[in-house]
Amino acid sequence: MTPPASAAAIDLWIVAFSAITVLATIWMGFWSAKKSRTTSDFFVAGRSVSVGWNASAISGEYLSAASFMGVAGMVMSAGYDALWYPVCYACGYLFLLLFIAGPLRRFGAYTIPDFAEGRFDSPRFRKIAVVFVLFIGFFYTMPQMKGAGTTLAYIFPKLPYWAGVVLVGSVITLNVVLGGMKGITLVQAFQYWAKMFAISVPVCVLMAVYGHYGKQLQANEASQPSSSVSMLQFLPVNAMAPAWPAADAGLRAWLNYARYQLGAPPRKPDPAQSGAISFRGASLDQVLRIYGDLSGSSVLKANLAYPARPYDLVTNGVNAAQSAELVAGLLRNTGIDLVTAEDALIIAVPAAWTERVQSYVRDFGLKPARRQPLPEKAPPDGTWINPFGPLTTKAAKAAKLSAEEARPYSLLYTYSLIIALVCGTAGLPHILVRFYTNPDGVAAKRTTMWVMILIGVFYLFPPIFGALGRNLMPDLYNGLSGVRGTDGIVLRLPTILSEHFGVLGSILSGITCAGAFAAFMSTFSGLLVSMTGAMAHDVYGRILRPTATPQQRLRMFKLSAVGLGLIAIGLGTLVKDFEINFMVGQAFAIAASSYFPLLFMAVWWRNLTMRGAAAGMLTGGLLAVVAISLTSYTTFVTASVAGYAARPLPGWLATLKAHSLEGFWAGHPLLRILCEQPALWAVPTALITMLIVSKLSRKEVPADIRMKMLVLHAPEKLGLKQEYIQEQYQHGH
Amino acid sequence: MRRQLQLSSACAVSFLVSLLGLPLLNYLCPEFMARRVFGFTLTWFILGVLFFPFVWLIAWIFIRRSIAMEEQEVREVQEKNAGPGQTREDTR
Repeated sequence: MTPPASAAAIDLWIVAFSAITVLATIWMGFWSAKKSRTTSDFFVAGRSVSVGWNASAISGEYLSAASFMGVAGMVMSAGYDALWYPVCYACGYLFLLLFIAGPLRRFGAYTIPDFAEGRFDSPRFRKIAVVFVLFIGFFYTMPQMKGAGTTLAYIFPKLPYWAGVVLVGSVITLNVVLGGMKGITLVQAFQYWAKMFAISVPVCVLMAVYGHYGKQLQANEASQPSSSVSMLQFLPVNAMAPAWPAADAGLRAWLNYARYQLGAPPRKPDPAQSGAISFRGASLDQVLRIYGDLSGSSVLKANLAYPARPYDLVTNGVNAAQSAELVAGLLRNTGIDLVTAEDALIIAVPAAWTERVQSYVRDFGLKPARRQPLPEKAPPDGTWINPFGPLTTKAAKAAKLSAEEARPYSLLYTYSLIIALVCGTAGLPHILVRFYTNPDGVAAKRTTMWVMILIGVFYLFPPIFGALGRNLMPDLYNGLSGVRGTDGIVLRLPTILSEHFGVLGSILSGITCAGAFAAFMSTFSGLLVSMTGAMAHDVYGRILRPTATPQQRLRMFKLSAVGLGLIAIGLGTLVKDFEINFMVGQAFAIAASSYFPLLFMAVWWRNLTMRGAAAGMLTGGLLAVVAISLTSYTTFVTASVAGYAARPLPGWLATLKAHSLEGFWAGHPLLRILCEQPALWAVPTALITMLIVSKLSRKEVPADIRMKMLVLHAPEKLGLKQEYIQEQYQHGH
Repeated sequence: MRRQLQLSSACAVSFLVSLLGLPLLNYLCPEFMARRVFGFTLTWFILGVLFFPFVWLIAWIFIRRSIAMEEQEVREVQEKNAGPGQTREDTR
């Protein structure tokens, strides 16, 4: 746990590591700016990047603040359900590999709008396709900005959230203006390895000290009726200090606090008390049995009619306080003190028992695992470790459905989430543009394979951070969505090492901060490049001024980068109360319902017409944007209202609050889920619209469709390869 | 192209069945999936650890087959081109 005193101070190690990352990124931008001179260099790095570099660069660009900070934060806050995010982020690439990577590369266009125009011979379609580069881009930059704001607010505790967003946003925008894509490829590749190092090393050190992944999860014993006692913990007095919150003041104060919680009067502690056993995850029966074994007397279960207490944490419907009272009643006058912590029953035992308890713990094959008590806001173990927990039941809970009734809703939510993430990966414009930097379709496939391995290995680590965070730094639950919430766990957790190892904690925290910088800087620059590319290349170069010279285009590239950077910064300041990972998931849902159907159908169905593709993409994509915006709007209003606590609301917020839709969502949990995670219906809608409209406009299938399909699918060795851009230039552009 | 699509679809189906099957298993037999394996719950272990290598395996098989398929196609076309009166497009 971070001592409160350090919260206000600036840790120089952390500042140093972060500064090095930022400076290295900027330096690489300048350095590569010297090397990239031509327009082609700016857009796709001269199309000559090797598989290894390209795979690292794609991974570097893909692993955003959501992966680096958000996944860990969400696993900590939501448990099992959040695991779908890292898994689908990584596995979505399989879809990309199976259906899209090779053909798209063969077609040889710079951007998705290029592809859209080339596939349908329709400049008009380009204008429609460009819209979604910007939509998805902006939805995706917001969480990156939240990551930036959170990180800077952690490093400089006095800095407001928006200042961090502005600072980081400006630095990256400048870097993009100076370096272009070529610079970004090298920087991205470097940043993948920086991120990999920054997440794996601290998490390995933490596991070495506090117990490995499995053991951390074991500490979260779900309340399955059949489960055995998972955690029988014996703590001698001197080991209690780090394990419980009030331990700074020692066992005595802690015991008195616990007695106070039980309503018993504080009293002078018995010097014979030398330690405590905590029965975590044990049922009352088990506690009584173990207790009976230890004390050598048989303890019988008495009648359970006890008054309800506010906390209900011990399993099998008997809460901690009830168990404690029951056992205490049975053990009265034995000189043994019995108290509850917030999530476990703890028995303070006489010194004479020390050895007996230790051997009992040994015989049980249970090792003591350290864990902080969970605050009230934390989800209880049962819902955290098991599927269909807080993330997927939120809407059903708001509608006051019972746990059993909520289960089908959770299943639906899970499926919609999976579809959004898997299909969305295959439709992200800033990732797809990188496939054009492969020399051919085979290299594009090989690159995807390596990307999957690189990001798969990476994604093993953030959930470990989440599990460790739940056990070791649960006070972050209290600031759930703000800058001091679970999204900061990756940055903050290593500091607990400082307790034992001095400066090591600060160094490791500095490393994870550096990784976080690498994460949001690389993704934000990648997004900015692809959005800027869309503006300069498509809107300006094709629509506004087709006759522009390369110099004019280059100038436009820089101007658009500045403009889009500013908009992204502005949006970023609004999203302080959203979870990073959640926002990225929504960007994926939009990509899944717009670009994925377009690419998938355009690559594999020869009868797709421009009209069909446009109708499907617009229907699916816009419906998804609207649906997502509706629920996000409610979340925004609710969080803003909560931010004012007891203070009076300003007029605009009061008006919004009156129309926050909250009541409507509570009445319609199914609609809320379908709006929050629209992929389940939006993707099929887009696909079906494409089918129907294409059938209706059958005559519009391009005349040379055979040739186009051949270019998409025939191996390069056959000599059919054509660079779409070259063709266009030959035609006089 | 048809063979490529068949290969892609076969790989996609095996991937989707396991990806979409896991929530269903969680839904239908929660006790079994909550069983402890190395401290993990079974379902956490499958999703958080085992799933990645499984997907790599599918990807690896796909790439090997797909590249082999392309090479075969190139060979066939070249053989045909060696004969008279054949254009590339006819080989489709």
